[in-house]
Amino acid sequence: MRYLVSVIDDKSSPGSTDRQPAISAFNERLIAEGYWVFAGGLADTATATVIDNRGEQAVFSDGPFAESKEYLAGVWVWEAPDLDVALKLAAEASKVCDRKIEVRPFL
Amino acid sequence: MNRADGREAVTRAHREEWARVVAALTRRFGDLDIAEEAAAEAFAAAVERWPADGVPPNPGAWLTTTAGRKAIDRLRRENKRDDKHKEAQMVYDADPPEPVGAIDDDRLRLIFTCCHPALAMEARLALTLRMVGGLTVPEIARAFLVAESALGQRITRAKTKIKAARIPYRVPSAEDLPARVSGVLAVLYLVFNEGYLATGPDTDPVRPGLTAEAIRLTRLIRALLPDDGEVAGLLALMLLIEARRPARVSAGGELVALDEQDRGAWDAALITEGHRLVRERLAAAAAGAAPGRYQILAAINAVHTSARDIRDTDWSQVLALYDQLLRLEPSPIIALNRAIAVAELDGPEVALAAVDRLEHRLADYHAYHATRADLLRRLGRGHESRAAYDKAIELAGNTAETASLTRRRDQLR
Repeated sequence: MRYLVSVIDDKSSPGSTDRQPAISAFNERLIAEGYWVFAGGLADTATATVIDNRGEQAVFSDGPFAESKEYLAGVWVWEAPDLDVALKLAAEASKVCDRKIEVRPFL
Repeated sequence: MNRADGREAVTRAHREEWARVVAALTRRFGDLDIAEEAAAEAFAAAVERWPADGVPPNPGAWLTTTAGRKAIDRLRRENKRDDKHKEAQMVYDADPPEPVGAIDDDRLRLIFTCCHPALAMEARLALTLRMVGGLTVPEIARAFLVAESALGQRITRAKTKIKAARIPYRVPSAEDLPARVSGVLAVLYLVFNEGYLATGPDTDPVRPGLTAEAIRLTRLIRALLPDDGEVAGLLALMLLIEARRPARVSAGGELVALDEQDRGAWDAALITEGHRLVRERLAAAAAGAAPGRYQILAAINAVHTSARDIRDTDWSQVLALYDQLLRLEPSPIIALNRAIAVAELDGPEVALAAVDRLEHRLADYHAYHATRADLLRRLGRGHESRAAYDKAIELAGNTAETASLTRRRDQLR
C-alpha cells in the first residue's frame, strides 16, 4: 500500500530550520527498511504557479491555489503494509521534521 | 417449541453471537460491509426459521454458516470476487496476538479495528456499537440524538476509511497495546456515561439500555484480555456506578445526590462483583502493578459503596485516592471532585478556596457552578449560592439534574 506523507508547516509558528541532518538520517533508514519510494522538500509557496487550461486558453496565475497559514512543506511517498506501520513511521517523521504530518493512502 | 421460544432464542443469540458472527465474517471476507450485511441477513433468516423449524442445536454455528452463505451469494451477485476485491481486502494478521494473556479471538481484532485512533471519536462510538454491540443504526442514532441518515453516513465513511487507508484487522503489538486498550476503554466509558447521565435535555435523563450495553461490551473485553488491570478497573467502576442507579432518580424525576440516596436501594450483587474486582486490582498494586485511572476511580467508588451511611464514608481514603489520580492525570475535573472530599474533611471554606482556583478552566462546566453553589450554601452565603445555582442550571443539559438544581436553589432563603 502506498501512502502520500505530507509535511505541514505553519507560517505563524514555523518548525525549526535545523532538521536536515536528522531528516537525511531518517531517509537512510526508510530506504534500508524498504519503505522509501520518494521524498522531496518544496520551495516556498510564493514560488508556485497555477495553470487553468479548462477554458479556451491556458491561464497562468502567480502563487498557490489557496492562501493559507498552513501549507505543504514537503512530501514523502512510502510503501507500507498497512496504516499502523505508516502511522508509526509518521509519528517518528513528525519528531524528526518538527512539523505536523498528514498520511493519506493512494487509491 | 412454540413461536415465543423461537423468538426468544433469536434475541439471546443476537446478544451472545452477533459480534462473533461479524468478526468471523470479517476475517473470512476481509470486508466489514459484507460482514455486517451478511450477519444482519442471517439473523433475519433466524427470525423467520427458528420459530417454525425449531432452534438449531448450535445457534452460533448456524448463524455463522448461514451468514457465510449470504456473503458468498452477495459476492456472486455483485461479481466482486475478482482480483480487485481481493486487493481491497483488509490486512488480516493470522499470527495469534502477541500480548500475554490476550485470548486469540476475532472479536478482539474487530474491537481494535472499530476503535482505531485514526477514526474520529464519534465514528469509533458508532462503529463499535454497530459492529461489536449489534445495535441498529436507528437505535444508535436515538441514543446520541443524531439523525439516522447522518449516523449511517458516519458509519459508512468510517468503513470506507478502514478499507481505503488499510486499517488492519489485528490485535496491536505488546508495545502499542496499553495505548490502544485505553482508546477502546475510552469509547466504552463514553457510552456508559451517556447512559448514566444523558448530556442533552431531549432524552430520558438516565438510560439503562446504554449503561447495560457498555457493561456487556466491557465484560467481553475483560474475557478477552483477562490480565489487563485497566479493563478490570473500568468494569469495576461501571458496576459500582450502575449499582446506585435505582437510587439515583427520585419518583419526581430529580437527580438524587450521593449523600441523599437510599442506600438500601443499591444493587448488592453488582456491588459485590465490583468490590471483588477492586480487591483483585489492589492485590496486583500491592505486588507492584501501577494502577491506571479506571482502577483508581473504581477504588474511589468502592469506598463510597462500602459505607452503609454517608456519615460512614472514609473521606480520607477518598482524598488519598484523588491525590493519586491527580498525580497521574492533572485534570481540573478531578481537582473539582477532590474538593468535594476536602469539604467533608476540612470544611466547606477550604474546599471553596480550592474550587475557586479552578474557575479559569471550568467556568463553562455546570458541575463547577453546582459544587460552588453547594459549598456557598453550607457557608450561609445564600446570595452568592443562588447566583451559582442559576449559572449551573443554565449550563446543565440533563433534565433530572436541572430539576434537582432548581429545587436546591429554590430552597435557599
